Amino acid sequence: MALILKCMNFDINKIRADFPILSRKVNNLPLVYFDNGATTQKPQAVIDKIVEIYTKYNSNIHRGVHYLSNYTSEAYENSRKVVQSFINAKYSHEVVFTSGATGSINSIANSMCQNYIKPDDEIIISELEHHSNIVSWQVQFSGKGVNLKVLPVNDFGELMLEKLPELISEKTKLISITHVSNTLGTINPIKEIIAIAHQHNIPVLIDGAQAVQHTKVDVQDLDCDFYVFSGHKIYAPTGIGVLYGKEKWLDKLPPYQGGGDMITSVSFEKTIFNRLPFKFEAGTTNYVGAIALATAIEYVQNIGIENIETYEKQLLEYATQKLSSIPELIIYGKAKNKASMISFLIDTIHHYDTGMILDKLGIAVRTGSHCTEPLMKRLGIDGTVRASMAFYNTIEEIDILYNGLERVKKMFF
Amino acid sequence: MNEIQEQIIEEFSLLEDWIDKYNYLIELGKELPQIAEKYKTDEYLIRGCQSKVWLNVEEKDGRLHFTADSDAIITKGIISLLIKALTGRTPDEIINTELYFIDKIGLKENLSPTRSNGLVSMVKQMKLYAIAYREKLKS
Ligand SMILES: Cc1ncc(COP(=O)(O)O)c(C=O)c1O
Repeated sequence: MALILKCMNFDINKIRADFPILSRKVNNLPLVYFDNGATTQKPQAVIDKIVEIYTKYNSNIHRGVHYLSNYTSEAYENSRKVVQSFINAKYSHEVVFTSGATGSINSIANSMCQNYIKPDDEIIISELEHHSNIVSWQVQFSGKGVNLKVLPVNDFGELMLEKLPELISEKTKLISITHVSNTLGTINPIKEIIAIAHQHNIPVLIDGAQAVQHTKVDVQDLDCDFYVFSGHKIYAPTGIGVLYGKEKWLDKLPPYQGGGDMITSVSFEKTIFNRLPFKFEAGTTNYVGAIALATAIEYVQNIGIENIETYEKQLLEYATQKLSSIPELIIYGKAKNKASMISFLIDTIHHYDTGMILDKLGIAVRTGSHCTEPLMKRLGIDGTVRASMAFYNTIEEIDILYNGLERVKKMFF
Repeated sequence: MNEIQEQIIEEFSLLEDWIDKYNYLIELGKELPQIAEKYKTDEYLIRGCQSKVWLNVEEKDGRLHFTADSDAIITKGIISLLIKALTGRTPDEIINTELYFIDKIGLKENLSPTRSNGLVSMVKQMKLYAIAYREKLKS
């Protein structure tokens, strides 16, 4: 418990009480939720906000003259400002609401391939990428002769930054890299990558799906050109996400989808697109999700992202130490700078087998390739067990996981 | 035809809790007569699953004989039960067999399409083989 005490302004019991699902049982045992990398649980405040909007205010935004539409429109635009301040964007119109990280990347990939990325061009990604940041590009590139160049990782699961210069050429149109690896937890040196890219006038997209919930993100300080993330991984509902883009880029790029609310005037001959950010928000957006995302971000800000980071680092340290004490356990991803998740295998026990037994013990982990098959290939395995922790997890829960793994060992050895 | 299913249900009724059941599955998994190494190739692999499942079928005197394997032991254990229930039967018997025992022995979760352990696809593949052989044996 000494570990917990290091974080003074952090009342774990109070925090856990904010998340109703954490007190439920699974298979008659208290739920131990270590699948936060896949999606996070929602605090009561977020659940209440969704109920409140649908019970009292629901109305389509930017359309009506009436009271309700005004209310939701204002709440929606206010959410944009909450996101702006959370990631420290220069303007609120640089924040575009999307369906999630995948939606954001696809939208940029499509827009870029309309008038910016041409046949024979290249973009650079890394070996750590989620399929979202691989396939979104492949879909757009198919048949166009655009190539993906891949920045490799070392045996610790860290990017080999020294290889970046040799991948960059005149044909490089974009570097698209994850901030934090969803499989290994590696926190990448994105500020350095962005600086190198900018020396060559190459824009950079950062996939922040596994980062914003763990660490402070300042897009102006990073100087990234695009930053994307998903609401549901930061305690907000599913179906809402963010695409941050520098004004100059969003102005330059054509919209991805056409529809209502994204136009200034329409005739059959010519349509004039609306100003930012509406140009990229065609059709009825997930305004309830956006409003609830703001509630989630405010919840995180209330606790303090720095406090969250400090506490989660302690969880990671404890979990790493505890799991390493199992001699047969191999940890994948030993980067110096890691977010609070651990990928592992116990000797030759299949990840699916381990996951099934942990499930019986009320412990939720993710097993498989975590949508990073190229990375699995690099590691020479076809999957891992991943325990991904959030600030509502506890030292006691790590002990439960440890005991669970001892149980697994007994059953399979 | 359902005798084997009833037999499995009875065996499992002696096992008290999930630990016993899973330990038993693990034992069955270890004993599963493995598919010949030459069939453990992509051609025999059931795709899109977390645990890999390989399945082969051979026809002899109008009856189908299945062998299979998996890289996960629990999956193997269940494969062993499924094979017991369906192997050595005629295509018609296989097509008409309803596999109710999995539910009865409390392992339904393992045969849920959302688990992506390959078992649902394996059963489907076994039935498809049966349909194909029924046509082939007719002609
Ligand atoms: C690094 C990373 N990028 C992108 C995604 C895709 O997020 P979503 O499915 O919410 O669009 C994920 C989700 O697992 C992720 O971990």
